[in-house]
Amino acid sequence: MNHRLLAPVSGLVVLIAVMWLASMPAAGQAPSAAARTNGSSAAAYTAPRTPDGQPDLQGFWTNTTYTPLERPKDVTKEFYTREEALAIAKQAASAESEQTEPGTIPDVHYDFTQFGLDRNQGGMALNLRTSMIVDPPDGRIPPMTAEGQKRTAARAEARKRMGGATDAVQNQPLSVRCIIMDRAGPPMLAGAYNNNYQIAQVPGYVMILVEMIHDVRIIPLDGRPHLPQNVRQWMGNYVGRWEGETLVVETTNFTDKTAFRGSSEHMRLTERFTRVAEDVIRYQFTIDDPATWARPWSAEVPMKKTIGPLFEHACHEGNYGLGNTLAGARAEEKRAAEAAANKRSN
Amino acid sequence: MRDRFRRSIGVPVALVAVFWLSGTAATGQAPVYRAPRAADGNPNFNGIWQALNEAYWDIEGHAAAPGLVTALGAAAAVAPGPGVVEGGPIPYQPAAVARKRENFEKRLSLDPEIKCYLPGVPRATYMPYPFQIVQTQKYIMMVHTFARAVRTIYMDDHKDAPADSWMGWSNGRWDGETLVVDTTGFNGQAWFDRAGNFHSDALHVVERFTATSPDHLLYEATIEDPKVFTRPWKISMPLYRRLEKTAQIMDFRCVEFVEDLIYGHLRKPPGQ
Repeated sequence: MNHRLLAPVSGLVVLIAVMWLASMPAAGQAPSAAARTNGSSAAAYTAPRTPDGQPDLQGFWTNTTYTPLERPKDVTKEFYTREEALAIAKQAASAESEQTEPGTIPDVHYDFTQFGLDRNQGGMALNLRTSMIVDPPDGRIPPMTAEGQKRTAARAEARKRMGGATDAVQNQPLSVRCIIMDRAGPPMLAGAYNNNYQIAQVPGYVMILVEMIHDVRIIPLDGRPHLPQNVRQWMGNYVGRWEGETLVVETTNFTDKTAFRGSSEHMRLTERFTRVAEDVIRYQFTIDDPATWARPWSAEVPMKKTIGPLFEHACHEGNYGLGNTLAGARAEEKRAAEAAANKRSN
Repeated sequence: MRDRFRRSIGVPVALVAVFWLSGTAATGQAPVYRAPRAADGNPNFNGIWQALNEAYWDIEGHAAAPGLVTALGAAAAVAPGPGVVEGGPIPYQPAAVARKRENFEKRLSLDPEIKCYLPGVPRATYMPYPFQIVQTQKYIMMVHTFARAVRTIYMDDHKDAPADSWMGWSNGRWDGETLVVDTTGFNGQAWFDRAGNFHSDALHVVERFTATSPDHLLYEATIEDPKVFTRPWKISMPLYRRLEKTAQIMDFRCVEFVEDLIYGHLRKPPGQ
């Protein structure tokens, strides 16, 4: 009821948001491309320093974006023009904020005229890239090795043996179960909402708090080795170091269940955080997993300064949807069984 | 004879005792220990800390007791502890005493820890796992092992809680050697311990963290909740620095471990 009233309003909001995007410099894009091609530090920007001398990445950031990880198949160039990028953002924003059909599951679940605002009102950096993936040059994840394909098939087979999606809680996606958001990372990718991060730095550590499920990484900078190979964690085991202006974080020891885009547990992730402007961190990551892809692949996306604070996201504690989904499935089975019994007795 | 002797030395002994007492009183007013400083000049509490006591079983004094899970035997038995509540039992209002008793009796199904819910404040501080303080001038973060609970303590932007939450909304300030944290905005669903000690959404916690050595913090928390208690009361305990070179907050993502407990009854029965 409420949201139907809001639908015309949201159109206006999208317009305002896109106009606001248009007024911004294309943050992080052209400079980073230039930096790679001519090797010069196009980023004349030098970050302020923390009291202990680290480049200062502290504050609240968002990596919210409409840029897909992989380049759309019908796009052949690396960058859009500014006009093209704005048109795409506008189209995506209005599609996202559209009124859902009353009575449908999406309509019951979320009010998109409200939820849809999160991205386009959040102050994302205008990204001229046609894909986050910058290497390979075609902007797409490299083909899987035979070993990777075999593992993917085996995982699908194992999943099938577990039964239907609503048969048991373990059959539901990890994000629905509030165990880990597949996009909260690492690597950190954006979704439809809550794409916010808080960074704090103290001598010897960088802390990255992810809004989603209050996931947090406290990355040690003291050169310690990774945990022993047998210790596997959902977010892996991460150690960091500074390379000039760039924070480099190396993560290994992932679980087999994390499976980022079909990766193996042997995936090695390298993330690079470089503050390229007062209000932009360039976030780059490289996936190296020879057991899955014949070559490493890399992506980058700007993180734009945003306003805090991050509020507590008690995902598991308030996860009524999960229980209701399973209870609904059991109720439907019961109803079907009763109907079948009635039919027999009639 | 012996009495007279005693009386004669009694006066000087009393005098010495008074001098000694006045000495301790003086040191009690000003902290003996001055902590190393952070860049902003405040005491530096950065590090990985842990309580070492049995308050997570019961913040009040308690004897050893059998656990509730027969199969776990002694491994899940209640470890005895002298308690961390100062000055007598927790001053529950009469109606709250009954609720506490009920919580205790039904703790296997009611304790939020068992369901991997965020532990709240002050419970997070004395769970039997390390937590890390990440201290900057504007924000002091406390990152706990259990359920990856995170507290943000706002040092310069104090405001009322925008909404209720498990871990509450914490405003902090420095009082000389002491970090004072004022927390409200609780949703009232957390407990103090595994014994069913509880509070409501009107909980107001004022915590004081004071270094007493390079590797110790004195932790004091004053608890106020007019819906549950007759007066404010206090707990205190030392916190110890984890000194291992490998000390770190590891990934204790317990949600996965409680899914069968919470949702197991909704599993599709086999053979259907």
